[in-house]
Amino acid sequence: MAKTLYEKIWNAHIVEQKDDGTCLIFIDRHLTHEVTSPQAFESLRMAGRKVRRPDLTLAVPDHNLPTTPRVDADGHRLPIEDAQSAAQLAALEKNVADFGIPYFDATAPEQGIVHVVGPEQGFSLPGATIVCGDSHTAAHGGLGALAFGIGSSETEHVLATQTLMLRQSKSMEVRVEGDLGPGVTAKDLILHIIGTIGTAGGTGHVIEYRGKVFEEMSIEARLTVCNMSIEAGARAGLIAPDETTFAYIKGRPMAPKGADWEAAVVYWRTLKTDDGAVFDKSVVIDASEIEPTVTWGTSPEDTVAIGGVVPHPESFADRSKQEAARASLEYMGLEPGQKIDSIEVQNIFIGSCTNSRIEDLRAAAEVLKGRKVHPNIKWGIIVPGSGLVKMQAEAEGLDKIFTEAGLEWREPGCSACLGMNPDKVPPGERSASTSNRNFVGRQGPGARTHLVSPAMAAAAAVTGRLADVRELVDEPA
Amino acid sequence: MEALSKVEGRAIPFGRKNIDTDVIIPGHWLKTITREGLGAGAFEALRKDPENIFDSEAFSGSPILIAGDNFGCGSSREHAAWALLDLGIRAVIAPSFSDIFSGNAFKNGILTVAVPQDVIDRLMEVAQTDPISIDLETQTVTTPFQDRFTFELDEFRRHCLLNGLDEVGLTLMRDEQIAGYESKMANDRPWMAHGNGIAA
Ligand code: SF4
Repeated sequence: MAKTLYEKIWNAHIVEQKDDGTCLIFIDRHLTHEVTSPQAFESLRMAGRKVRRPDLTLAVPDHNLPTTPRVDADGHRLPIEDAQSAAQLAALEKNVADFGIPYFDATAPEQGIVHVVGPEQGFSLPGATIVCGDSHTAAHGGLGALAFGIGSSETEHVLATQTLMLRQSKSMEVRVEGDLGPGVTAKDLILHIIGTIGTAGGTGHVIEYRGKVFEEMSIEARLTVCNMSIEAGARAGLIAPDETTFAYIKGRPMAPKGADWEAAVVYWRTLKTDDGAVFDKSVVIDASEIEPTVTWGTSPEDTVAIGGVVPHPESFADRSKQEAARASLEYMGLEPGQKIDSIEVQNIFIGSCTNSRIEDLRAAAEVLKGRKVHPNIKWGIIVPGSGLVKMQAEAEGLDKIFTEAGLEWREPGCSACLGMNPDKVPPGERSASTSNRNFVGRQGPGARTHLVSPAMAAAAAVTGRLADVRELVDEPA
Repeated sequence: MEALSKVEGRAIPFGRKNIDTDVIIPGHWLKTITREGLGAGAFEALRKDPENIFDSEAFSGSPILIAGDNFGCGSSREHAAWALLDLGIRAVIAPSFSDIFSGNAFKNGILTVAVPQDVIDRLMEVAQTDPISIDLETQTVTTPFQDRFTFELDEFRRHCLLNGLDEVGLTLMRDEQIAGYESKMANDRPWMAHGNGIAA
């Protein structure tokens, strides 16, 4: 029978199926970081349990780590000021040592955000089941993997058994037809998709993104799209692997080599949805309609084109959505009908697992080159996704462009994406942020977040407001 | 995990839709390395309002929370379940839950009860003045006014909750099956079995 890509990967990982349909699913790759793992390791220790497959787990600190320099002039590691953060990091270091798990420490060039590190190292592969205690694990679906976020108890389950007890999700197709216009990026596309299907539109489903747009996308852009699947409620999002995928993976440190590589590619070529396979749900989107897109509210579904206006709460059909919109507008300090490109911003954040890879930084640099940040901007940081991205950017001179424009160039980590480390947006101030969540208080208590693409964040930096990047760059990427 | 068959008592008529886990427990509470004490940070921003429902005389310490659609969306942080538990909540009733949250809740012995919006509306009304009862054996929600609503629950989860079974312990008993899968994988997809290439 014709199968979807998701069904193929699911079926290949069933260890056992119970009568009620619950399956024991083998997990090929597990990523872990300092914030959601301590309780899992604690439980293992208390129960006297071992890690079954330390070779299938990779640990790296990212969420909590300050993005200020980590070593002094002599190369000595600098202490972390916040005692709780320091304790959490120390706990991870002890846990990986005790359980024999490979680890990139805070000062390693390979350190970075888990979802940037996995693909970059060749640890994340097509057709694999990949989990991590972070909901944006869906990102790895950009390589054609079945990747999803888990909680701490599930982390413990994976560490102890290398499996998870799961029920198969429904399948959903998001088919995008036509081409994206100039200056419209993967981020604009995924924001538009979430705005169309809603934050609960994908609940209980795994999304497969289909269409020429995705086939023509770079892997980095595909990672951006799949990353935000969770914001549409989906457990995971994936894109069928193709020659672009194989070329991206080849030669990466943990990628298969030699005969393994040859065999892997043969298998990976079979990983696509068969003609005639049926999805439980299908949504079709016209790419040519999409403009650079931003969010106006406190849910990622609150999207609007840059040329648009803040919506009236009454414009929503659903009563509870009307109430939510009113609350959002109050929190965001916006008036219905206000022009989006008149909204002034004070903070810029370019980073997060959604948009901190080299292409994202290049896109921002293209806009910032030879320009200065607007006087409205009080704080602006660029946080590369990993130490390797940072080195690459510096080799290309991008860091100079950023600092000359008046933005700060930081060490890799999650940073202002979740406001856990000292990088926060002050109460009542606005940020143009390339991260993935505009929730109340996400970037700091009272912070007002507008989600944007890297090029749009750069445009906001130089104009001091949300602005259409197409007016700043002749031929945007 | 404690066995659970019934949750009875006052229910907090919260009712809001799309409550994300950042609202349930904000990011700065995630620096902890234990599960305890997170109740103090539960719904922190909402509880800054002195009139908030969670700290009101009628509802503080209630074992049931009634919420709107898509409860627990957003971040995968299990801290959200720990925070609710620490607040005394053993069951959440809502029209729908995020997938990750309902898994996390279940693993901590919190029952998630999905019922249609009209049932929520009725329960919100009852909760203002009277207690609600949830029975896991019969899969029903009842009120002192003879309301009786049934709900669906995954059979495996129901069994684990009723018997207080630990999922990790259950799976560890399947060692032979897992080992069988591993050797098959090493043969069929050897490149997968090599992992990170660092550990043995
Ligand atoms: S950058 Fe943000 S979304 Fe991504 S892993 Fe870090 S905290 Fe999670």
